[in-house]
Amino acid sequence: MSYISKPKVSHPKSKKNNIGLKRRDYEGVVSTLCAGCGHDSITAALIQAVYELAIEPHRLAKVSGIGCSSKTPAYFVSQSHGFNSVHGRMPSVATGANAANRDLTYIGISGDGDSLSIGMGQFAHVIRRNLDMTYIIENNGVYGLTKGQYSASADIGSKKKKGPANQQKPIDPVSMGIALGSTYVARGFSGDKEQLVPLIKGAISHKGFGLLDIISPCVTFNDNPESTKSYSHVRKSQNEVVDADFVPPAEEILTKYKEGEAMPVSLHDGSKIVFRKVDKNYDPTSRAGAYSFLRESQAKQEIITGLLYIDKEADDMHESSGSSSIPLSEISYEELGPGKKELANIMNRFR
Amino acid sequence: MKPTNISDPNYFHKVVDCQWACPAHTDVPKYIRLIAQGEFSDAYMVNRESNVFPGILGRVCDRPCEPACRRTRVEDKPVAICRLKRVASDHRDDITARLPKPPSKMNGKKIALIGAGCASLTVANDLLPLGYDVTIFEALGTTGGLMRTNIPQFRLPPKVLNEEIQYILDMGADLKLNHRIESLKDFREKNNFDAIFVGTGAPKGKELNLPGRYDSKNVHIGIEWLESVAFEHIDKIGKDVLIIGVGNTAMDCCRTSLRLGAKNVKVMARKPREFFKASDWELEDAEEENVEIIVNHSPKEFVVKNGKLIGMLFEEIKYQINDDGKIESSDVIGEKIIECDDVILAIGQDNAFPWIERDLGIEFDKWDCPIVDEVTMMCSLDGVFFGGDSAFGPKNIIWAVAHGHEAAISIHKYCSQENLEERLPPGMNLTSQKMGLHEWSYSNDYDGSERRLMPHVDLKKRFKQLNIEVELGFTLDQTVKEVERCLNCDIQTVFAANLCIECDACIDVCPVDCLTITENGDEKDLRTRLTAPAENLEEDLYVSEELPQTARVMVKDEDLCVHCGLCAERCPTGAWDMQKSTILLPKAKDEAESSPLKKVSNI
Ligand SMILES: Cc1cc2nc3c(=O)[nH]c(=O)nc-3n(C[C@H](O)[C@H](O)[C@H](O)COP(=O)(O)OP(=O)(O)OC[C@H]3O[C@@H](n4cnc5c(N)ncnc54)[C@H](O)[C@@H]3O)c2cc1C
Ligand SMILES: Cc1ncc(C[n+]2csc(CCOP(=O)(O)OP(=O)(O)O)c2C)c(N)n1
Ligand code: SF4
Ligand code: SF4
Ligand code: SF4
Ligand SMILES: [Mg+2]
Repeated sequence: MSYISKPKVSHPKSKKNNIGLKRRDYEGVVSTLCAGCGHDSITAALIQAVYELAIEPHRLAKVSGIGCSSKTPAYFVSQSHGFNSVHGRMPSVATGANAANRDLTYIGISGDGDSLSIGMGQFAHVIRRNLDMTYIIENNGVYGLTKGQYSASADIGSKKKKGPANQQKPIDPVSMGIALGSTYVARGFSGDKEQLVPLIKGAISHKGFGLLDIISPCVTFNDNPESTKSYSHVRKSQNEVVDADFVPPAEEILTKYKEGEAMPVSLHDGSKIVFRKVDKNYDPTSRAGAYSFLRESQAKQEIITGLLYIDKEADDMHESSGSSSIPLSEISYEELGPGKKELANIMNRFR
Repeated sequence: MKPTNISDPNYFHKVVDCQWACPAHTDVPKYIRLIAQGEFSDAYMVNRESNVFPGILGRVCDRPCEPACRRTRVEDKPVAICRLKRVASDHRDDITARLPKPPSKMNGKKIALIGAGCASLTVANDLLPLGYDVTIFEALGTTGGLMRTNIPQFRLPPKVLNEEIQYILDMGADLKLNHRIESLKDFREKNNFDAIFVGTGAPKGKELNLPGRYDSKNVHIGIEWLESVAFEHIDKIGKDVLIIGVGNTAMDCCRTSLRLGAKNVKVMARKPREFFKASDWELEDAEEENVEIIVNHSPKEFVVKNGKLIGMLFEEIKYQINDDGKIESSDVIGEKIIECDDVILAIGQDNAFPWIERDLGIEFDKWDCPIVDEVTMMCSLDGVFFGGDSAFGPKNIIWAVAHGHEAAISIHKYCSQENLEERLPPGMNLTSQKMGLHEWSYSNDYDGSERRLMPHVDLKKRFKQLNIEVELGFTLDQTVKEVERCLNCDIQTVFAANLCIECDACIDVCPVDCLTITENGDEKDLRTRLTAPAENLEEDLYVSEELPQTARVMVKDEDLCVHCGLCAERCPTGAWDMQKSTILLPKAKDEAESSPLKKVSNI
């Protein structure tokens, strides 16, 4: 953390996006995380992504659980909605908010502890509901906020700064996400914004549950070379399977891609993701293929990054439950309450 | 690009834009911090070390530092560097005890300084403490040169001038007033000086030879007229006055006219405003006094009737200006007589050396100016040095001071029989400013305050006398605000590539997008690939060694850094540090320390 806040002065030539805002207009309060924490880099990538997507701040809702990672909502887009909920319970809050107002953009920020330990049940079910949100796990292999105990994502043999190596099997959120049917699954690295920003933009534009597992080194407790979640280890072991570019709705896909090498996929809002296959054998629309590829690379101790799976056809929570296309929050109380008589009718349908 | 060599003193010196732009390289951020701490005398002494006349320059310096100030690039207006200099001077204690003193024993070398302007006085200031026997020959009955004869007292009070000149004379200069040197040949033959410094200025005002020029007594040459006013030979002028020319001399002429009884003063410019030579602040001050500035009028004829000047005939000009802002062509679109009682010509100055014989071995160029070496300040005749306006034509006080310092070094080396070109190189000290986890020795938080405005004497009061100083100086509150505007450009961001873990923290926190980690490339290419494109080619890129993890490089665009220290605060490994660069620019005394004067025979 710093004592002075980031000066208001900005680059005099900084550009404005389509709604007239500069990147720095999307900042939040100054971070109180440790200097060099990967989470702060992810925050910077988030700021870049929402700025480039020209999201109106008041149409954005940030939700989180508990942890260093879960403090992130304070550090970007001050002018938006935010809810710092209970440990592991962000999915419920997100579901409730989304049920009430389906028109907002939802970004959930969680940690490996928050999602894979205490919040595992909630995490599984929000995937199952295919809630239209972006779900970010800032994955550092430890419980940073409580002073660096191993989390459920720590690899066997990985060693943090102090204490013995981890002995328990890790839970991989990406494999979990694919297995549970997440409709957009990607892995990124806080130290590689060039890859990360398009992955975040894709997840935000994707209709349905967008899961981003982002390796995010904890500089204070888990950034020694013997840790598999350290900057140096990730840099050595990272293998980008699928390179994805994000193309916003209004823009043409430039012909810089060679035929056969690129695969554009259109999203619901008219934007496109162009996959550039780094690995020829990889098909990001095949769930079975993605899953087996992940298993193989895990065996090779490679850290696979990129957009690993996408299913853009699946119905999200509102579609599958046939709820009103008008956000409930915009329907008047009189209309929303069915009245005593209608309520009795509804109840009768279940008798 | 190759890794930047930050041990080259010029690299960080260039980052201190103001100090780099100052001909005498005054350590501006250092003295501003001293003012912030209330250490006015220390601030004064830091100034004096480089610019010799802080009180004078704090009022009338041409301030090349201000347009260079980083603040003009991140926002609009520069730090009021010059005004703060005056604060240091106005609020200093008696500093006489801190001035350099002549040694008890002279070194036996005799130096002649011709002219008692700021150039000669600087040479005296530098040589007297080294034990030189210095004699100043001045044509007029007083010291100071144009500072006294041409800069009006309402801008520069004589008290300030006298005080700072006296500091130097008190070091033991032998001052010979009313001593015009009429022949350099005679002078050299009759005297036995080890070296001669010519600081005689550019004393000739330019003429405007148009019809009617000599038909009336009411056409004056600006610098001569101002001198006559200074010596009280002239104490009035007509009601309607035209000033021809729009440089700084013109500004002094028009404002002086108002104080001698003129009611309507018009400054006549040939070109549009963007081509004016006068500094913005001088134009503003004149316009505040209701001087009318008329553009696009080219003088054609002095209109004289029955031996009396009644006006001046002008051609009205229309300019075609191209996209680059340059004049492409011009047309005369009409003619006009503007009535007036007096005309003052302020269209420039020339050098004139009628007293230097052309067969002494001093080469002159096609403009009849001596050819002077830009580093050593020596002309083609060994042992004869030039400086100030006499060297390269009219400039300003701070340039004259800079020349004086260099000439003093050369004179010392010349008298020590050392090679004049082998001068001590500049040096630099770097010291970390870290005081604690989030604590720096300087005020690192960016202050968004706007530039403070100089308070002026009321318009009604200021014309009563010629010598009422118009600018009142900053108040305490203004000073407190203005010092915080300084961006501490001498507190450098210093990078240690071996410590960087490429976490991006510094890049993300930098408010002005200075930093990038990327693949190396040549400069042209790198400049396009940064967090924000580095379009200001005047400012350098600071490129690191290869980073340990990815072999990429850290690149810093020095252009807009506000020296907030956040990159260093955010860096988990201390790869960035904020270190103060002190640029050490050798003066004659440093040369003397490194090479004790050897006894040599006189020339
Ligand atoms: C109207 C006007 C306003 C100005 N305002 C500013 C300003 O606001 N800020 C600024 O920085 N600059 C200003 N300048 C420029 C500045 O005054 C000069 O650049 C500076 O004074 C040059 O200093 P110098 O020592 O080279 O010469 P000068 O100041 O010209 O001094 C030369 C001295 O040599 C003497 N001399 C000449 N010939 C002989 C001889 N043969 N024998 C003996 N003595 C001789 C002269 O009498 C004079 O005293 C202004 C100039 C003018 C004309
Ligand atoms: C119900 C509950 N149980 C336990 C805690 C203690 N606690 C706070 S943060 C945390 C772990 C956070 O780990 P992670 O989500 O990985 O976040 P990180 O700090 O590593 O970013 C725990 C166990 C709590 N706040 N609430
Ligand atoms: S403890 Fe670790 S995760 Fe938490 S802020 Fe510090 S570096 Fe980041
Ligand atoms: S000191 Fe560092 S963070 Fe601050 S502006 Fe300069 S480079 Fe950016
Ligand atoms: S904060 Fe320090 S370690 Fe991180 S990228 Fe910047 S210089 Fe390197
Ligand atoms: Mg964690």
